[in-house]
Amino acid sequence: MAHETHEQVDALTGVTTTGHSWDDIQELNNPLPRWWLWTFYLTIVWSVLYAIAYPSIPLVSSYTRGLLGWHSREAVEVDLAALKDQRSGMTAKLASSSLEEIKQNPELFAFARAQGKASFGDNCAPCHGAGGAGAKGYPNLNDDDWLWGGSLAQIEQTIRYGVRSTSDQGHSGTMPAFGRDGMLKREDISNVADYVRSLSGLPTDKGADLKAGAQVFADNCAACHGDKGQGMQELGAPNLTDKIWLFGADKATIMEGLQNGRGGVMPTWHGRLDDTTIKALTLYVHSLGGDQRP
Amino acid sequence: MADAPLPQSLGAADPASADEAPLYVPRKQIYPQAVKGRFRTIKWVVLAITLGIYYFLPFIRWDRGPNAPDQAILVDLPHRRFYFFFIEIWPQEVYYITGLLVLAALTLFLMNAVAGRVWCGYLCPQTVWTDLFYAVERWIEGDRRERMRKDKEKLSLKTVGQKGLKHFIWLMIAWWTGGAWVLYFADAPTLVYELATFQAPLIAYIWIGILTFTTYTLAGFMREQVCTYMCPWPRIQAALTDEYALNVTYRYDRGEPRGSVKKNDALRRQGLPAGDCIDCDQCVAVCPTGVDIRKGLQLDCIQCGLCIDACNSVMEKIDRPLNLIAYDTDMNVKARMEGKPEVRRIVRARTLFYAGIIAVVGSIMITSLALRQNIYLSVMHDRNPLFVRLSDGSIRNGFTVRVANKHLDERRYAIGVEGLPNAKVDVVGGEIDQQGRSIIVVGPDQTQEMRVLVTQTASAAPASTEIQFVLTDLSNGDQVATSDHFKAP
Ligand code: SF4
Ligand code: SF4
Repeated sequence: MAHETHEQVDALTGVTTTGHSWDDIQELNNPLPRWWLWTFYLTIVWSVLYAIAYPSIPLVSSYTRGLLGWHSREAVEVDLAALKDQRSGMTAKLASSSLEEIKQNPELFAFARAQGKASFGDNCAPCHGAGGAGAKGYPNLNDDDWLWGGSLAQIEQTIRYGVRSTSDQGHSGTMPAFGRDGMLKREDISNVADYVRSLSGLPTDKGADLKAGAQVFADNCAACHGDKGQGMQELGAPNLTDKIWLFGADKATIMEGLQNGRGGVMPTWHGRLDDTTIKALTLYVHSLGGDQRP
Repeated sequence: MADAPLPQSLGAADPASADEAPLYVPRKQIYPQAVKGRFRTIKWVVLAITLGIYYFLPFIRWDRGPNAPDQAILVDLPHRRFYFFFIEIWPQEVYYITGLLVLAALTLFLMNAVAGRVWCGYLCPQTVWTDLFYAVERWIEGDRRERMRKDKEKLSLKTVGQKGLKHFIWLMIAWWTGGAWVLYFADAPTLVYELATFQAPLIAYIWIGILTFTTYTLAGFMREQVCTYMCPWPRIQAALTDEYALNVTYRYDRGEPRGSVKKNDALRRQGLPAGDCIDCDQCVAVCPTGVDIRKGLQLDCIQCGLCIDACNSVMEKIDRPLNLIAYDTDMNVKARMEGKPEVRRIVRARTLFYAGIIAVVGSIMITSLALRQNIYLSVMHDRNPLFVRLSDGSIRNGFTVRVANKHLDERRYAIGVEGLPNAKVDVVGGEIDQQGRSIIVVGPDQTQEMRVLVTQTASAAPASTEIQFVLTDLSNGDQVATSDHFKAP
């Protein structure tokens, strides 16, 4: 690198050079206007002031807080408060209207569903699945089969106090462990399982004694599930004649239920979620598949 | 060629006096002189029209009926609407704005291909407002020589008063510029009243403040510096232009050798070559960017044509043919010097190409605008569960349906599904009319989101299939359809 420093004027452009030349390539000097330079200095000053005023420099276990005391979390809280404030009109209407009234008002209903959907994702989805699709033992909320009833009031009751929960107002009643507790013998269990499958038209085992099964059913099961197996919402006893099976329709699963009993738990949300949220949840869940007894 | 003249904007670098080259160039104050002529008149007219549109457009009314604002042009940010006379744009239709931007860019390219920086010289807000500010300056402080003298002299009380008045008027114009800006975002007469009585929202005052500041600094102080250093267009247009594009050109074939009137007259009488340029520097004196056009096409020149006017008035006086400086091309200047014919080609591949795209984009936009529906239907299938089995074994799918009613009155729509035998459609929370159709009611200029359940009451084995949602406006039978899927196990 040949480095000479005597300035010249470039013949072609008429621009002075910086005097630097590398392999005969001249560096032209096209300086910036003064205001530009000052703008540049100003940005440097600005960045220093900014670093002093705002959180900026990472330390070992914390960071410099900045003189203004600005905090991103507080900023979020302010924004959230503003959002709440913006929604307060609708939220107040939600709080003061009955579930039926809300359902009749399309605007309010849409607002409630949106709120309910968000809350469902936060609180309910871990068991019922996103969108309320359910899983084995956790009811699908999109179908028309409601263990404890699918009306607005019934859904609200279930959400509020839960099922076999810690609340004494929650739904109770379990499926007994007929086998484990010695109430039914293995053979009875097998027969009644086949009989139950026959109720909804499912094929039964070859050697199954359906008559005996029917007798076992009448003696042990009909009290809760109804004499035709149509279920009973007051007790949360599923309808055994339809196509929906909470735990599964295969014989082994049914026998497993008869042997060990069933009793899924839904917690009480009363006191954990505020009333408006429970309302919104009710309307959202109801919109999925509520009120549609076949 | 060590004594080659430096370009104007870089003229201050002085290699002899400095050990190191200077870090910056000091600003060269420009005092453009008043000028009269064809292009000056065009510029005044364009200035009056563009500023007139800008300042008064928000006050034009346009009756749309009871459920919409009656301002011809309104950007309604809170309600997410843009009104342009008979057109109303919703947020999902921003592609019209994209289309407009595409058209604007291509028009800029086309102008550039035909006659260089037409935009810069006549239409750019920077040029128009700077021109207006210069006019104010000239009106109060006098023309070029007077202003130069005053700036050199010690400040007198009179000069201070004049300068104060000038800045006051500038600030008023700048303030009005900001004031007009915010009127595009709210009902103009109401906002004017609110602004005057200090009841307008803070954001309105903030925007007026911002635009007052930018107008005042950019048109009052930065001026040609914006074009030379800040704006990207000079660089872009330099890359886009070609040898056929007309540009403000000094016809050196005619002008050189330049010399005083007497000297050149004498030369002419002796039959020696003598140019028409009398080196009076009038073209430089009127130039708002301080350029000497006789050095050829250069980045700083915004091609406002004022030097053409200046030169023509000189040519008139000395009784030589006009248009020594004119819209021309360097190629033609050279051609004339070599005695070859001139080439003027406005219609060429480049201009045809730009015009073609403009026509295509323009007609696509007009067609889509003419054919666009006032109903909009969007359907989203539930992600989870994709389908659900009901207790009687039938299969149901859930959808989120959003209906937009762009009419300015409330409408009732019937929603149905095609392509699925035995389909039953339920709108959750919706009503059913006498004919058993599910009805969605949407308010004027609003959207409504509904949950819609589609059930295939199973007789045969259900299978996944494509379906069509059909929305019918019950008031006039208009229909829109959109397809989705029905999912089954
Ligand atoms: S250079 Fe840029 S700012 Fe200047 S007139 Fe042209 S477009 Fe406008
Ligand atoms: S050289 Fe002529 S056309 Fe270019 S900016 Fe100056 S006056 Fe305008």
